[in-house]
Amino acid sequence: MNKYESLYEALANLDGYIYPNEIALNWDLLIVMYPYITGLVAGAFILASLNRVFAIKALRPTYEISLLTALSFMLVATMPLITHLGQPWRFYEMLVTPHLTSAMAIFGFVYLWYLMVVLLLEIWFDYRYDMVIWSKQKKGFMSFVYKVLTLWVLDTSPQSRRTDEKIGYFITVVGIPSAFLLHGYVGFIFGSIKANPWWSTVMMPVIFLFSAMVSGIALVMFIYMVVTYLRKQKIDMNTVDTISKYLFYILIIDFSLESLDQIHRIYEADESFDILKILVHGKLFFTFFIMQIGVGVIIPLLTMGTMMIKKPREKIRKILYLIISICVLVGIFYMRWNVVIGGQLFSKSFYGFTSYKVDMISGSGFWLSLLWFIIPFFILAFLLWLLPPWKKKESIH
Amino acid sequence: MPIQVKRLLVVFAVFIGVMLGLKYFLTPESWREFGPYRGKALTEIADQEAKYVQMETCAMCHDSIADLKDQGLHISIQCEICHGPGYRHVEDENIDMVIPENSDFCMTCHAINAARSTSIIKQIDAIEHSEGEDCISCHNPHEPWL
Repeated sequence: MNKYESLYEALANLDGYIYPNEIALNWDLLIVMYPYITGLVAGAFILASLNRVFAIKALRPTYEISLLTALSFMLVATMPLITHLGQPWRFYEMLVTPHLTSAMAIFGFVYLWYLMVVLLLEIWFDYRYDMVIWSKQKKGFMSFVYKVLTLWVLDTSPQSRRTDEKIGYFITVVGIPSAFLLHGYVGFIFGSIKANPWWSTVMMPVIFLFSAMVSGIALVMFIYMVVTYLRKQKIDMNTVDTISKYLFYILIIDFSLESLDQIHRIYEADESFDILKILVHGKLFFTFFIMQIGVGVIIPLLTMGTMMIKKPREKIRKILYLIISICVLVGIFYMRWNVVIGGQLFSKSFYGFTSYKVDMISGSGFWLSLLWFIIPFFILAFLLWLLPPWKKKESIH
Repeated sequence: MPIQVKRLLVVFAVFIGVMLGLKYFLTPESWREFGPYRGKALTEIADQEAKYVQMETCAMCHDSIADLKDQGLHISIQCEICHGPGYRHVEDENIDMVIPENSDFCMTCHAINAARSTSIIKQIDAIEHSEGEDCISCHNPHEPWL
């Protein structure tokens, strides 16, 4: 509310009737980034699980990349929230004062569970054997680093590898519901706010989950292609074709669920329907119809659908997959935008609107959001250097 | 038990120990004083600088305007609703308050709105009523007449 001190200033941004505490948006672009980044984590992990648990061999080249991508984004996932806090230096209080009366207070534990018990452990068991080998191959400081990373468990016997394999598999199995919990939880945060008709739907956790899978799969497809290109290696077309197939099916499910939610809303047409209709056709028209549905769903679905009927040449397919993955990533970003920002644009009196513009000059939100989206790529580059999947000895799974 | 698991259990035990230590040392003093939040937060919020100084403060200098307003229909409207928060102006009179001159501002309350009671707030169609002329050219907002 610091943005407008006087009613006179605030009025220029309003339409109709609005309550005083709705004039300035409390959740800005940084809060859009939070479900977006968390979704990328859950989606990338689920793609890795497809290879491990469901034994989809074609996805093998992306297994480690998916896990490391998930970890890179996971390490940053809380940062948009922390930097959005009015008192960021008090963020740790959420972890030292656990209680069950607020869904948000539980996030720290959902996050820690997923980071510590799922992601780090799965990566550790997957890489332990290789880290032992690398610790012997490397000299000096790097040898020491790999030894530390193995926790000085230097056993390379076939039996120890089988143990790694078994426990790794078990963690992946536990990891799938955990990934569902992580992003379902993010959807729950919005879906459980009964005062806001744009958010309050039991479908929200499911929609968030499927959109997370869509965005994570698109991200891994993008990263796999770019990393392989940068390494001057040949892209495994069977792999990207398979990823694209899963992306296509899950995008259809995601779009169907979102459509079902909207159809239900339209048919039910409760007292909030009129204001939501004006919202969607007015302030959200560009971000909802053009970006989320047009760029994020229709273009990728039509392109991938056409490619399934008539497969173009390899070179064209590569370019199209890159474009599709970017379109999907942009579309899901706007989905988050429409949920987070859209839900705050209309008055809960249902008689008016406020407005929101990303402040690029004086506001810190835009630059911080950009920073938190870029940093994971640097973390990923470091992790790929430290734990290169292409230098791994073929695991026994 | 495999050595990997043993080693990880040690790591987790250390982690949980550190977390419990942090919980012990970092839990705010007034946590759960009244409920699951810092009790001190209430006094901290109450101690924040008030930005709206209230009508009585304005009347200490602008007494003639306050007297005029007390005779008119805007008697119950706080000065700062139209002029913005006065905390800076109170400190330094050279910092100007907002003076709305545009009719759009008046229309915030006086435009026709079926949800408002006409017996309390006079409502008009600005174009029909004054053909675009600013409200303040005929009405004194400190003592509006009907």
